[in-house]
Amino acid sequence: MSAVTTTAPGLADVFARCRAEGRAALVGYLPVGFPTVEASVAAMRVLVEGGCDVVEVGIPYSDPVIDGPVNQDAMVTALAGGARVDDVFAAVRAVRDAGAVPVAMTYWNPVLRRGVERFAADLAAAGGSGLITPDLVPDEAEDWLAASARHGLDRIFLVAPSSTPDRLEVVTTASSGFVYAASTMGVTGARTSVDSQARGLVEKVRAVCDLPVGIGLGVSTREQAAEIAAYADAVIVGSALVRTLGGEGELADRLEALRSLTEQLAAGVREGRA
Amino acid sequence: MDEAAEGMTPVPLERPGRFGRFGGRYVPEALVPALEQLDEARQKAAVDPEFGDELARLHATYTGRPSIVTEVPRFAAHCGGARVVLKREDLNHTGSHKINNVLAQALITKRMGKTRIIAETGAGQHGVATATAAALMGLDCTVYMGKVDTERQALNVARMRILGAEVVAVEHGSATLKDAINEALRDWVTNVGTTHYCIGTVTGPHPFPEMVRDFHAVIGEEAREQVLELTGRLPDAVLACVGGGSNAMGIFHRFVPDEGVRLVGVEAGGEGVESGRHAARFASASPGVLHGAMSYLMQDADGQTLESHSISAGLDYPSVGPEHAHLRDSGRAEYRYATDDQVMEAFSLLCRTEGIIPALESAHALAGAMEIGRELGPDGLVLVNLSGRGDKDMHTAAAWFGLVDEGTQ
Repeated sequence: MSAVTTTAPGLADVFARCRAEGRAALVGYLPVGFPTVEASVAAMRVLVEGGCDVVEVGIPYSDPVIDGPVNQDAMVTALAGGARVDDVFAAVRAVRDAGAVPVAMTYWNPVLRRGVERFAADLAAAGGSGLITPDLVPDEAEDWLAASARHGLDRIFLVAPSSTPDRLEVVTTASSGFVYAASTMGVTGARTSVDSQARGLVEKVRAVCDLPVGIGLGVSTREQAAEIAAYADAVIVGSALVRTLGGEGELADRLEALRSLTEQLAAGVREGRA
Repeated sequence: MDEAAEGMTPVPLERPGRFGRFGGRYVPEALVPALEQLDEARQKAAVDPEFGDELARLHATYTGRPSIVTEVPRFAAHCGGARVVLKREDLNHTGSHKINNVLAQALITKRMGKTRIIAETGAGQHGVATATAAALMGLDCTVYMGKVDTERQALNVARMRILGAEVVAVEHGSATLKDAINEALRDWVTNVGTTHYCIGTVTGPHPFPEMVRDFHAVIGEEAREQVLELTGRLPDAVLACVGGGSNAMGIFHRFVPDEGVRLVGVEAGGEGVESGRHAARFASASPGVLHGAMSYLMQDADGQTLESHSISAGLDYPSVGPEHAHLRDSGRAEYRYATDDQVMEAFSLLCRTEGIIPALESAHALAGAMEIGRELGPDGLVLVNLSGRGDKDMHTAAAWFGLVDEGTQ
């Protein structure tokens, strides 16, 4: 349990280190239970070994309204295979033990069902640093604001290109750790180009707060990672990793492909500010 | 009692978008500006005589409002002898109450400067109504429908396409109404700049539950006057089926201040609550969030949504409008369920005693009326919202009653 104590590095440490190294952080997402619970945990270790600074441990959910087909299908597979919310905490622990900073990512109802306080306690006990909440806005987050404060967890809310100045103020005021900026209007999934809106959104967020800003949605290649690393504090990659893990062939080969993609992305976040 | 009720105003919401502890706005941040824009637009419209006049004109010349009421004594003979009055929303253009809400939202869409309207549909009634309003007002229209539902409601798919709408069959998840809503939300979050999501019932994030209720409140306003005129008194009970709950909120709303009037919602009991194959949320579910609102939700121990079941696609939904959850918990309304067997009996009975073929959804309310009528006895007076007509259900009904000839299936 030693890593659970306050000495465990958190998101602030990650961003401080990345700043010192003159690069962006790499954040990788995978849902627990895809293709199996055991394989998903092995895959998260691969993300850490391949260079992810932060791993988003996803909770599969029956109705993921901001996810595109790749992540939806992975969640369907995970749930059909019997993945449970309890498995998330074991995965968080595994990421922590592998040496990266784990945060959980979940739609809100699984947290409500467990109880916001109990969920926060369990996540903190497993070594989690925070929680990304794609369908919870701060306006509805009273219980979570209190529970996260009690358990020292970071609150990562999302902003979008549609966010008005008022909304950016509301969201960033409630946020800690970093701000998750959606690069484009839409659902998760790889895109050939990341919207030019992304850079503008990062600037708008920086105008209202001092938190690091990560860009997610649509990032899949080293070149995109480098492009975003030029102006954002973190590059967030999800469905491209999920697609690679869910590809053809033996699991061992797919894990190697995942390692290779992660290494490419890790190189990308180091190139952007050259 | 009547005069006292006239003076009462509905209790204001404790905070916007909340009905007690239910409702709210559990959505991706990307949608919040659109919800704020919609809330502003509908509030402006509510006090704008131009909007009110235009909607009233459409209802009078297009929808066919006011819809009539029909007393059904031959049916009532099977309801313990209580008087039974039907509010005939089945006679509206497109065949159900859904058009009330859709015309209003289509007008709002234009007022917001948007050119495209999207909708989810289960039985197809809301999809057909939306496709109709889009044709009338020159809006692009896409309707999301679960693949399972496109198969059991193939005629409505054809109707929507003939009206010029694109119909997308959703194959993800259980491929029914809830998955159609997921897909519509994904479309909306991608195209929100040009597109309005015309939610078809009193669920979803604020302001939808309140707004859709307000657009259907005309049902109860008319029915209350009509029953008073017909019988000289208020009904003992007002009944409606409850899927998401829009026709029920529409007829209930005006009666909420009438404390002596029981408000009875009838959910889909499917194959029986003990079977697990049902949509009787209040009989089995617990509070949770789905599609942007906190309400009663059929869910497992981890908060994963459970699949619902009903013979009527329009009630086949694992959650329920948040205002119903509040009316139930506060004791103002009561909820029971009717099983598929009970529903088909009531359906058949109304067809054969009154010559009215109800939608299977509405037949749930009729099954409830048979129970409530027997509880009230001959002095009772029951108002039932006949929310839709049954043409779309002929295939299901014919199969149920064995009326399909070999080879025509």
